[in-house]
Amino acid sequence: MTTNLLQFRATKMLHTAQGRQQLDISFELEEGKLLSICGPSGAGKTTVLRIIAGLTDPDSGHIAIDGDIWVDTTHKINLPARKRSIGFVFQDFALFPHLTVKENLEYALSKGEDPKMVTELIEWMELTSLRDKRPALLSGGQQQRVALARAIARKPQLLLLDEPLSALDDEMRGKLQDYIIRAHRHYNLTTILVSHHLPEIFRLSDEVICLDKGQIVKQGKPADIFLEEKLSSKFKVTGEIISIVKSDIVFVVSVLCANTVVKVIATAAEAAGLQTGQIVMVASKAFNPIILKME
Amino acid sequence: MIDLQPLWLSLRLSLVTTGILLLVSLPLAYWLAYSRTRLKVVAETIVSLPMVLPPSVLGFYLLLAFSPSYTFGKFLDQYLNIRLVFTFPGLVIASVFYSLPFMVNPLLSGFRSLPPALKEASHTLGKSTVTTLIKILLPNIRPSLLTGIVLSFAHTIGEFGVVLMIGGNIPGQTRVASLAIYDEVQSMNYPMANLYSLILLVLSFSILLSVYLINQRSNKANPLP
Repeated sequence: MTTNLLQFRATKMLHTAQGRQQLDISFELEEGKLLSICGPSGAGKTTVLRIIAGLTDPDSGHIAIDGDIWVDTTHKINLPARKRSIGFVFQDFALFPHLTVKENLEYALSKGEDPKMVTELIEWMELTSLRDKRPALLSGGQQQRVALARAIARKPQLLLLDEPLSALDDEMRGKLQDYIIRAHRHYNLTTILVSHHLPEIFRLSDEVICLDKGQIVKQGKPADIFLEEKLSSKFKVTGEIISIVKSDIVFVVSVLCANTVVKVIATAAEAAGLQTGQIVMVASKAFNPIILKME
Repeated sequence: MIDLQPLWLSLRLSLVTTGILLLVSLPLAYWLAYSRTRLKVVAETIVSLPMVLPPSVLGFYLLLAFSPSYTFGKFLDQYLNIRLVFTFPGLVIASVFYSLPFMVNPLLSGFRSLPPALKEASHTLGKSTVTTLIKILLPNIRPSLLTGIVLSFAHTIGEFGVVLMIGGNIPGQTRVASLAIYDEVQSMNYPMANLYSLILLVLSFSILLSVYLINQRSNKANPLP
């Protein structure tokens, strides 16, 4: 039986570049799942994460995790951030500049806790050679790994990632997605990821919530949300079109899926609706792979 | 022969004042940096007031407050047996008010220059406000901390108007170096006035120089992101 670990309901007046708008959202999340929150900037994605973490107070709301109430505005309950069992990876990582990698991780331990967890995480995240370095000397991808390791070192009930990969290039993004998936599974975490990068959402998440102007506009499995029609296909992968080349009477469409380039034949009519840079799904029914446009 | 007592008194006054200022200003600057109440604009104004107010104005009101002829001074005198006018403790309290902005403002700008996520990250890692302040915030505003300490120390050494109003220039008790210089000039003893002045000048110069050198070095060693 699956249980809902997180129950979330909150309202908050947002002051965005587009003016004032009301955030009004409620959702539930099962234990062990990875939920992505997507949507245009100013939609309230980061605010939702910050309300869960206790860094922003909602105007009204109710947040319960595993039966413990973190926020209940009708009973004036608002647990401070430090008492909530969360790991938060900030967009700019927020590593402590005066501490080494190892010290940054050790800071996350509670008093008297066995430092074994830190040693294990350092090895596991492949940070051994960097353990005595300060964050300023690390690359963006390395800093991101330290931030992820630090958030996990606390053994949180909920891991919250605020667009953690947005500052990285595509190759680094792919590698770090691997770390996130591995960490999520290995430590049996329940994770919420804020992202606006479609391939990333497809690759990482079990569930997706799309926000716009403070409201949930779509909710469900990634494939259900981003594909116009459902298919009974044998396999599906998503990727980005990197080239469309005419070859005799057909077109060869090259799609970058994860780190592999898949070549798919498309007819002139099919190719006319496609362009490079577009996110597409490659699906195979019985024999031939077909290519479908996503949002 | 030079009378070293005024110099020792100035040093003692500056050390004690700086110590108290540090204890008072840390929570005050933290509150000013992070509180969201509207009252803090008023508080910030009051803290900075001694920078623009003539020292004699501050001295005058403190004199009224401390004087046993008025309510507060009478209360101190009768119930706690404390006399602040023309005493060293009185000088310390007056100096704390007078040098407050020189400690609070550097600390405040230090706190404000830190990315808010540092403090938030510490809280999400389960650490209290005090732990966060001591282990995360203070180490990252070391240059501001040093600037605050040195500026308050140097500013207290250079005090004149306030100490004259509150202290009354009593030798051995409240006659600090800056007052001694004034006395020597009044009695036309220029060589002695020059000696005191030169000592203060060299002292102030070397203190400031060492701060700038230390800050320059720590900025190079630990560039903040």
